[in-house]
Amino acid sequence: MAKITAGITTSHIPAIGVAMDNNLEETPYFKPFFDGYPPVRQWLHDNPPDVVVLFYNDHGLEFFLDRKPTFAMGVADKYENADEGWGIATIPPITGETELSWHIATHLIENDFDMTVCQEMKVDHGCTVPMSVMWPDKNYSHIKVIPVAINCERHPMPNPSRCLALGKEFGKAIESFDQDLNVVLFGTGGMSHQLDGQRAGFISREFDLWCMDKLITDPQAIADLSISEIIQRGGAQGVEINMWLAMRGAMHGNLKLLHSNYYAPISNTATGLQLIEHSH
Amino acid sequence: MCPLTPVEGTYHFDGKMSNKGYALNKMCYSLNAAECREEFSKDEKAYCEKFGLNEAQTAAILNRDIIGLLEAGGSIYYLAKFAGQLKLNMQDIGAIQTGMTVEEFKAMLVQRGQGNG
Repeated sequence: MAKITAGITTSHIPAIGVAMDNNLEETPYFKPFFDGYPPVRQWLHDNPPDVVVLFYNDHGLEFFLDRKPTFAMGVADKYENADEGWGIATIPPITGETELSWHIATHLIENDFDMTVCQEMKVDHGCTVPMSVMWPDKNYSHIKVIPVAINCERHPMPNPSRCLALGKEFGKAIESFDQDLNVVLFGTGGMSHQLDGQRAGFISREFDLWCMDKLITDPQAIADLSISEIIQRGGAQGVEINMWLAMRGAMHGNLKLLHSNYYAPISNTATGLQLIEHSH
Repeated sequence: MCPLTPVEGTYHFDGKMSNKGYALNKMCYSLNAAECREEFSKDEKAYCEKFGLNEAQTAAILNRDIIGLLEAGGSIYYLAKFAGQLKLNMQDIGAIQTGMTVEEFKAMLVQRGQGNG
């Protein structure tokens, strides 16, 4: 049977990808951020996943406002990246996966999560930056990725409780798949940040550290917050914590926090990295 | 429908704003394509007209008025693509919106990242 071996939270800020393209990882600005990653990369090397289920949000590459799914997932064997308009370099295609993807899509829809199911889907920095930062040489073509996009762009956005529940069904679907696969979950984005308005630049270290603690010990406490409360406490784009909740929801076995790093700011955003081992 | 709680200095991008800003955001979305960026930079006003932007939206584009664009229904995710044409990054945009210099804005981010302010 397929098993979930870990959940990993990571930032997906475009500046991270740009820094890697320009070899800026060792500069004082970026070093405290990138210094968090070697233990996670080593773990991925020692415990290679067959499949990564990657929760992210699209920022206007694949989905425009004309048809913007609340929850979408890919079932394709390949995902292309493309020009996002402001200069982040495109990266090689990401390998997809079809069998587990369809198994998950079927399970979710049977259990009342009516996903938008995509056979073609361009993936943006929300997906590509986490892949690049985990496999810095872009040597990830052997990893099969199932991208899951959650609307964090336009209200109404899904409730945090709904994202945690979505994750629970992902967990059940993955663990009922009858092939021996190691699956790692990525919860990408976050943490506190606000890009728009006179409140731009909002960061709350206090809220972020509370989220990082509760994500392990009591994710329901985060899921009990409303979208309004998250905006107040974590900034307008702090809603990206929804991807972390989806990831966490899928893990209902024993958890062991192997590594954690918090650093702010990168660009306008606080970053949180957690490697959470999962077993039964 | 449970409305979002107003937050000072924040423009909740909801259905009403999404309708209001549709043409503006669609124009910004088109800037994903290099040939559209070129067309935009040759004649910004004509490009705005092509997408049916209203007067306030067109003026805010021409004046690089980010707050005006938000008020006119712009979504920050699409405005980022416009900002990219101006070679502005998110700290530049943050400084414009808050009325700070870029250095002041960056210093504020550092302070907040450390749990101050």
